[in-house]
Amino acid sequence: MSVDQATVRRIAHLARIAVTEDEVPHLQGELNAILDFVAQLDEVDVSGVEPMTSVTPMAMKKRVDEVTDGFYADRVTANAPASDDHFFIVPKVVE
Amino acid sequence: MTDLTQLTLAEARDALRSKTISASELTKAHLAAMEQARALNAYVLETPDQALAMAAKSDEKLAKGEAGPLEGIPLGIKDLYATQGVRTTACSNILGDFTPQYESTVTSQLWRDGAVMLGKLNNDEFAMGSSNESSSFGPVVSPWAPPNWSQDKLDAALKGDKKGLLVPGGSSGGSSAAVAAHLCLGATATDTGGSIRQPAAFTGTVGIKPTYGRCSRWGIVAFASSLDQAGPIARTVRDSAIMLRSMAGHDAKDTTSVDRAVPDYEAAVGRSIKGMKIGIPKEYRVEGLSEEIDQLWLKGVQWLRDAGAEIVDVSLPHTKYALPAYYIVAPAEASSNLARYDGVRYGLRVPGKDIADMYEKTRAAGFGSEVRRRIMIGTYVLSAGYYDAYYVRAQKIRTLIRQDFENVYHAGVDAILTPATPSPAFGIGEMGASDPVEMYLNDIFTVTVNMAGLPGLALPAGLSSGGLPLGLQLIGRPFDEEALFSIAEVIEQAAGHFKPQQAWWA
Repeated sequence: MSVDQATVRRIAHLARIAVTEDEVPHLQGELNAILDFVAQLDEVDVSGVEPMTSVTPMAMKKRVDEVTDGFYADRVTANAPASDDHFFIVPKVVE
Repeated sequence: MTDLTQLTLAEARDALRSKTISASELTKAHLAAMEQARALNAYVLETPDQALAMAAKSDEKLAKGEAGPLEGIPLGIKDLYATQGVRTTACSNILGDFTPQYESTVTSQLWRDGAVMLGKLNNDEFAMGSSNESSSFGPVVSPWAPPNWSQDKLDAALKGDKKGLLVPGGSSGGSSAAVAAHLCLGATATDTGGSIRQPAAFTGTVGIKPTYGRCSRWGIVAFASSLDQAGPIARTVRDSAIMLRSMAGHDAKDTTSVDRAVPDYEAAVGRSIKGMKIGIPKEYRVEGLSEEIDQLWLKGVQWLRDAGAEIVDVSLPHTKYALPAYYIVAPAEASSNLARYDGVRYGLRVPGKDIADMYEKTRAAGFGSEVRRRIMIGTYVLSAGYYDAYYVRAQKIRTLIRQDFENVYHAGVDAILTPATPSPAFGIGEMGASDPVEMYLNDIFTVTVNMAGLPGLALPAGLSSGGLPLGLQLIGRPFDEEALFSIAEVIEQAAGHFKPQQAWWA
């Protein structure tokens, strides 16, 4: 499978990465080089094979559903590019 | 007095315990060497004040006889590990001056055991790369000079665009360069597809990626969560064993970390390998493998045979599919993990006309080209209509790769010996410019190990005809890092140590 330029623009938007028109042909070439490379996987017979879901087979650890951390909003917002009174400031989202 | 940076970690530890040297003078010697080596660009942040304060504290503890296992040992920390109050960027512009409010579990265990932090080490942006060239801080120069370069030529390149000087491998290129250039006694690193072992092989150092789950990933900037593991790079097998013991262990904050006792890895160094079964996989004899690497591999086989190991031919039939499957799984996980960099909670923000525009502009400006490429591939293979064809298929192939190893281990094989890389180090600016896949092929021998979640150790075993280090890789059973240390010690004893030319960069 290979991607066309419209697909490159669509993927970029899904990934929330702005691309300029100049970048599209270059990205298309690079993405297609990678897709060509992974195309060799099509020759493997995977019928009846379970996809790997856990690298090290083990039972998922569980814990009691209770608050164990928090209460330090100043630290949580310490690295924010824009914040006010422990809130993150973002452009208007709801009209 | 002898140069304290020439000690191994184990020698320094013993000298500190016997009070032949102090932690403060050991740290000062390394800080001085770092200052002299800034042209290598191994450190992206030096933390001398913190280092000296930690060393002074270590001296107090040593005096009181309360020394931890790493008391007073100066280490470098890859910039992927969150360090409280110390800028952590993953070498990406999108993190900007991010200053963690918390400490990664692995580094907190190093400090618990008395280690001293010298600074943060360069790496490929978000650990995506095999040459350290994708770092937002620029490339790292390997302390191994290119064959037959004059001092004048080296000086000019160091001052100029660094082209043609050798890469230290990646993504843990700052770690491998700093260890090889004696700018720390050991360094932390991370490995998603070969990022500990390939740089170790390129610089004549020892690196181990432990079994998935052996070290906590908490507080380490995530790339591909089902593949990422922390591990050390050091100058000897023993030193890497000492470091891993402190780094490993269960952590309730990482549900994939394993609740299993951490063995005394150093005790495995020097243990006999007599009767061990070592597998030689025929699929690693790939087309285009350099003759000298093939010869080195045979030499390794002979050393292990001489030490009493039994050598058996094994087959790992799905080996060739590991790298293409990796380039689906890793970007898919990366596209998900890196969704968090949106300009809201930390790091860079580029204003936009609305919130979506802000996200898109922030991410376009903040991510470098390799990271953008991988996020886009990951987004594509996870998108509606392609998920089964790409992602699910790749995860099925991953199962087959793991089964290959399980079959070999069930047949009684204790460990597998392979080359670490298909070639010695290449020059800065020489690879992957036109085709990203060219760079990806560096990880052809290491990536299978991450896909199967196994431990893998790379160590130097000889030099190329041009005088550059070449490495071998040992792959072990899950959680049997001890076997790797025992076998690696045999190779190290036979092969010796490999040091770059004197400090030509100073």
